[in-house]
Amino acid sequence: MSFLKKSPWILHYDGTSCNGCDIEVLACLTPMYDVERFGIVNVGNPKHADILLITGSVNEQNTPVVKNLYRQMPEPKAVVAIGICATSGGIFQDCYNVKGGIDKVIPVDVYVPGCAARPEAIIDGVVKALGILEEKAKALKEAAHRQPVEVEESSHD
Amino acid sequence: MANRMIVPFGPQHPVLPEPIHLDLVLEDDKVVDAIPSLGFVHRGLEKLGEKKDFFEMTYVAERICGICSFIHGLGYCQAIEAVMNIEVPARARYLRTFWSELSRVHSHLLWLGLMADAAGFESLFMHSWRVREKIVNLIDETAGGRVIFGSCKIGGTRRDIEPETLKRIARDLDEIETSIREITAIFEDDYSLKHRLEGVGVVSKEDAHKLGAVGPVLRASGISQDTRSLGYAAYGELEWEPVVETAGDCQARSVVRAREIYQSLNLMRQCIQKMPDGPVDVKVTGLPNGEYFSRLEQPRGEVVYYVKANGSKFLDRFRVRTPTFANIAPLLHMLKGCEFADVALIVLTIDPCISCAER
Repeated sequence: MSFLKKSPWILHYDGTSCNGCDIEVLACLTPMYDVERFGIVNVGNPKHADILLITGSVNEQNTPVVKNLYRQMPEPKAVVAIGICATSGGIFQDCYNVKGGIDKVIPVDVYVPGCAARPEAIIDGVVKALGILEEKAKALKEAAHRQPVEVEESSHD
Repeated sequence: MANRMIVPFGPQHPVLPEPIHLDLVLEDDKVVDAIPSLGFVHRGLEKLGEKKDFFEMTYVAERICGICSFIHGLGYCQAIEAVMNIEVPARARYLRTFWSELSRVHSHLLWLGLMADAAGFESLFMHSWRVREKIVNLIDETAGGRVIFGSCKIGGTRRDIEPETLKRIARDLDEIETSIREITAIFEDDYSLKHRLEGVGVVSKEDAHKLGAVGPVLRASGISQDTRSLGYAAYGELEWEPVVETAGDCQARSVVRAREIYQSLNLMRQCIQKMPDGPVDVKVTGLPNGEYFSRLEQPRGEVVYYVKANGSKFLDRFRVRTPTFANIAPLLHMLKGCEFADVALIVLTIDPCISCAER
């Protein structure tokens, strides 16, 4: 895609990350990388967000939190797993309290590799998620044309 | 009697990049009690010591926390080196000190930014992080990663820094210091920030000592205690003094961190000046057998590593007591009696690193 049609708002949640990826997500928003110039804003409220960025893996304690955040986001939505921990559990895969990647609890659209993922990679992941978001929006619109509005409930609740 | 109610704070909260949950018991607008609940970031990595061999554990130790990753790796390596009686070459000790201080500057700048953001001063947040990028570039250049250093290993360091590069870095540091002065001046003198921070979240000298506070929280209450004075790595051969403030409020904790940045820059210059020549690592043979407590000073305070080895590749026990864990008791003390609007600010002033605290 050559330009952004919409300004995606981002919600960031730290799973069991070591902070490494979190500070890189924040670094994307600060003057060096400054994604805010494209209208990408970090919001605190899941109901305002289009894209969910999750760093770190999931454990027993934060599974309901992650599911809750995902459920509260309006359709269409995309999930980006940032760093190797969010993808598969990474170095902590063998830990007793790590379930594995984020895809164990909610559907993930984009995986960003790296330990810690570099800001360039995170921005690339978000741009890929934008394409997916657009496709999902199109599919939603077509479905709405075909029959009276009946938004599909997520099967992962 | 005022109405009592409980307001949940976290785990996902805009002011914190990390999940911590507090149940705040309020009487009107005053906080009368705070009940923490932890475990959102618990992975159980201490147990990994029994599954990964002791060389690999260095990488796990570095990933306890991404912000002070180098010092975590260093603490683990020092504990194993003490168990195995390994003498680390002088150049490696200086390099370790250099990287430790580099990560302290990056951590403190990061915190100053978050603090400004919590106080509603967003342009200062952006400026702190702009300057921090220059430090991160130095980390990227010398260690090979922006966040995780991967440079410390048992027996020394994995990398050396070329003498020319060190000379150039010394010049860069002067430039960086000028830009940091602009930022810290605001933290020390700005009227609005002072209005927000002064007299908030006070912890007295006695309470700080009694509750076991560590690091900047302890030093802001007037106790001069800094684990670097034990002289590990090259700290024993460098000239420095712990930074101490006496007020014990949020402002004092900010000022301690702001002044520690200059201390770290100064230590890095001394390292570059006094850096001896020679190898950066020694060959490690044999297996560790024994136990050791290693203590270091992180940006957030004193961290303690306990390692128990049994003469095999795998450790019997690996234990970490991190500074944020020690500072949670003082935090709950500060929160009692504060106003609800100040909670986010006070939580931030202990520089909470939840992934450290819960491991």
